[in-house]
Amino acid sequence: MYTQALDTHGKEPAPAVSGESAAQAQRFQARVDAEDKIEPKDWMPDAYRHTLIRQISQHAHSEIVGMLPEGNWITRAPSLKRKAVLIAKVQDEGGHGMYLYSAAETLGISRAQMFEQLLSGTAKYSSIFNYPTLTWADVGAIGWLVDGAAIMNQIPICRCSYGPYARAMVRICKEESFHQRQGFEIMLTLAQGSGAQRAMAQDALNRWWWPSIMMFGPSDADSRHTAQSMRWKIKRFSNDELRQKFIDITVPQAQFLGLSIPDRELRFDPGTQHYLIGPIDWNEFHAVLKGNGPCNRERLEARRTADEAGRWVREAAAAHAVKQHRRTPQAAGGMEPEAS
Amino acid sequence: MSEDWPLYEVFIRSRSGLEHKHVGSLHAADARMAIEHARDVYTRRQEGVSLWVVRSADIIASDPEEADALFEPARDKVYRHPTFYAIPEEVKNL
Repeated sequence: MYTQALDTHGKEPAPAVSGESAAQAQRFQARVDAEDKIEPKDWMPDAYRHTLIRQISQHAHSEIVGMLPEGNWITRAPSLKRKAVLIAKVQDEGGHGMYLYSAAETLGISRAQMFEQLLSGTAKYSSIFNYPTLTWADVGAIGWLVDGAAIMNQIPICRCSYGPYARAMVRICKEESFHQRQGFEIMLTLAQGSGAQRAMAQDALNRWWWPSIMMFGPSDADSRHTAQSMRWKIKRFSNDELRQKFIDITVPQAQFLGLSIPDRELRFDPGTQHYLIGPIDWNEFHAVLKGNGPCNRERLEARRTADEAGRWVREAAAAHAVKQHRRTPQAAGGMEPEAS
Repeated sequence: MSEDWPLYEVFIRSRSGLEHKHVGSLHAADARMAIEHARDVYTRRQEGVSLWVVRSADIIASDPEEADALFEPARDKVYRHPTFYAIPEEVKNL
């Protein structure tokens, strides 16, 4: 997964902060313009740093929260094969979160701070994970549509100007392609199955289509950060450009499945060679982002419970590490006993 | 807010005969846990046959501000590369 217009949250980054010399800022932009990569210890404008911390940490949170809707179906997967695949996929999402938290930490925020922001509800994550997974077909629809939209969003970030984020994204994109294909295969199996299975697939498409379209974020006219992020080469394409690409490749896939896209106004425009969609319900998008989607409270509650329930394990591991360190400091490494 | 466990940098040897290469970092309470987490986070698809984990705090890195002082002197010494020398075509095995 799973970044969306995560660049739409928070305050407008200030273009230049006092104390940063204009010359430094100019040299920085020249490096970015020349497609040079920025690395953790390099000088960077504060606004660039803060934009990246916000975007990467929210991207990481999305991966972690994204484990929940699919995790809901692990115990009820229809076969051992599907179960093994789903476990692997959910484990990948956890891994993606870890790569991204690591990348964000190189910018000077701690892992604990990021967790705190997620659990307290101050950090955002992708709106898509606040929708419920009601049937097995939802697992297929998520892989096909949600991961498909995520790949569309994430491939350009592989060329992001910030080295650690770009490298994490290369790793993630390699793994993401399995996610999308397994999702499409689930949809294909259902679409070729009984009437009830086809209906289940159609129902999943009906519910996931618009939220997936919204994953690309507000339309360009309302996207405040796009221009600056593009100048910094954090972002390479606008929300609407990516959304259109996704629609153009996905509509024929739905046709292949024999499923119909839940949009009466959808039509192919021969002039532009694009599929044009009807209006997007932005009220729904903003409501979900504000915390009023179907599952917002449930998702955060699940994360808080996991954090709380795992506390004793973390404490035990830390105590064990300190004890080992006392016995054989060389071999154990890790946490040192506090000086007393 | 709880304290983070120490940060470790992870290096993977993708197959015998190749060097370990940096792939990312993770938090762990001790060295053993760092190896086990590195296995789970960075080698889910047979990416490696060997792992190194090093506490990030133990890595000493050069300062980007010093990059010119450190690396610029090599820039005008192209005579260190074999392509610097013009050898007549008829001369073989050089």
